[in-house]
Amino acid sequence: MSLSVDIRKTLGAFHLDVSFGTDGDILGLLGASGCGKSMTLKCIAGIERPDEGRIVLNGRVLFDSAAGIDRPPQERRVGYLFQQYALFPTMTVEKNVRMGVLRLPKAERDAAVDAMLETMQIADLRRKYPRQLSGGQQQRVALARILVNRPEVLLLDEPFSALDAHLRDRMQLEVMDILRDFGGDSLLVSHDRDELYRMTDRIAVYNDGHIDALDEKHALFKDPKTRAAATLTGCKNLSRVADLRHENGRTYFTAADWDLALSVAGEREGAFVGLRRHYVELADGPEDGNTFEMEIVSVAEDPFEFIVFLRRPGSAAKPLAWTVSKEVYRALPAGRLFLRLPDAALMLLRE
Amino acid sequence: MDWFPLWNSLRIAAISTVVIFFLGIWAAYGIAKLPRLVKGVLDVILTLPLVLPPTVVGYLLLRLLGPKRPVGLLFLQLFDTKLVMTWWSAIFATVVVAFPLLYRTARGAFEAFDEDLAYAGRTLGLPNRTVFWRIRLPACREGILAGTVLAFARALGEYGATSMIAGYTPGRTATISTTVYQLWRTDNDALAFRWVLVNIAISAVVLLAVNFLEKRDKKRVRKGAAA
Repeated sequence: MSLSVDIRKTLGAFHLDVSFGTDGDILGLLGASGCGKSMTLKCIAGIERPDEGRIVLNGRVLFDSAAGIDRPPQERRVGYLFQQYALFPTMTVEKNVRMGVLRLPKAERDAAVDAMLETMQIADLRRKYPRQLSGGQQQRVALARILVNRPEVLLLDEPFSALDAHLRDRMQLEVMDILRDFGGDSLLVSHDRDELYRMTDRIAVYNDGHIDALDEKHALFKDPKTRAAATLTGCKNLSRVADLRHENGRTYFTAADWDLALSVAGEREGAFVGLRRHYVELADGPEDGNTFEMEIVSVAEDPFEFIVFLRRPGSAAKPLAWTVSKEVYRALPAGRLFLRLPDAALMLLRE
Repeated sequence: MDWFPLWNSLRIAAISTVVIFFLGIWAAYGIAKLPRLVKGVLDVILTLPLVLPPTVVGYLLLRLLGPKRPVGLLFLQLFDTKLVMTWWSAIFATVVVAFPLLYRTARGAFEAFDEDLAYAGRTLGLPNRTVFWRIRLPACREGILAGTVLAFARALGEYGATSMIAGYTPGRTATISTTVYQLWRTDNDALAFRWVLVNIAISAVVLLAVNFLEKRDKKRVRKGAAA
């Protein structure tokens, strides 16, 4: 089970240049809209044509510009779940799913359709038309139509963006089960980092047509390596780095935007420093190592936590955001406030 | 009352509707995919008969198909048949005049079509032919149906170009519209009025049929909801 993609395509001022592979796992493509994630899926499916490059699925060459190979979508065996599901509006649920088995021998079609309608729990919807279904039901029909076609790879393009928030959580769980049962390679495109973190094994961070970072998801969120990857994985605190120097196995630098002198273990490099806003810690008093007295600039209340904006007393620096539970916030000391930016939580980032 | 003009009008309209149906869909689909400039030029040429006076269309057709003109002459030499002044000559006129009605509505429907549906069909392994006839065309059927009916109605009522290219020969090339004119011109007002009523009746039936088809379509969907 493997898919390898190495393609380039220019469309007006936009350049797509990506290279990655999967090995029977679920890969997430994370990025803002218009960064080339969907275009990548369309190139794999044969809907868009790359200018050059090579796409190989389970040893079959789907596209190879050098060898002049460009298989039509019909021969690629790719299951493509469209953002709006692309159900055929003039056909019932059953007929929609039936369109996925037309390449099977006639004798097997009915049984395959019936089994898939049962599996996806849409058998009682078989005579309905797509416009009569809820978003979640439409998604299940679309997945049934794809899976009954026995694809070798699943391409899911923003599969939950058309759903309401409460339905989204439930469908994410359902689709995770489906992807696990499918067992082959899957690509999941999204701009939602939480969704990809939940559902994938590895994540590729897209930034303006190229992949900024590609890593196992835990490693990626721990150390995104680039500024774009940090931002896209939800890092809210970012500062330019100045005066970086190495001393006694540590790296010392100034976070210019926050007006703080910081240090981290190891000899590291970086033009930016990032800090996730959950990772700021309350300190008992003045201590060594990235601990500072801070004043509260402003506070925003969320349903289950506060977001507190902090900076050095009297400074005009960009405030740091700190997400803190309601209990901890209410128990904050009345007098001076000391906070620690833990060594391990400071991420040094390339541009 | 000699019913020949009714029969003649109906067969001319029916044949030209079939021709226009395939020609119009083919042109609309092909042109929707072309680059913008070519599309604009072809669009003007194909829509022109809609706004030109039918006598101008008739004139141009005579210049092309007349027995002393290039196409007409060639045909005469090859098959010993004149392309004008027969009952089927009127089909040339009605096809040209009614074509834009289907072409424009079908093109609008094709352009509004969600291309993802076609991509979905192709990734499922359906041949392009199947995608066209079972997915694209049904999704555009309302526009195409409306255009087809309009084209039929227009073909049925065509007078100007028809009278120039097929003339008026009772029992041979007479249609309802040319008959009405001839009867009125020869002061046979009562008979002319009867043909007028016939024409109105046919047109009303055609339009009722469309409404019925559309309603049945919607009902089928509602019935599905109850099941």
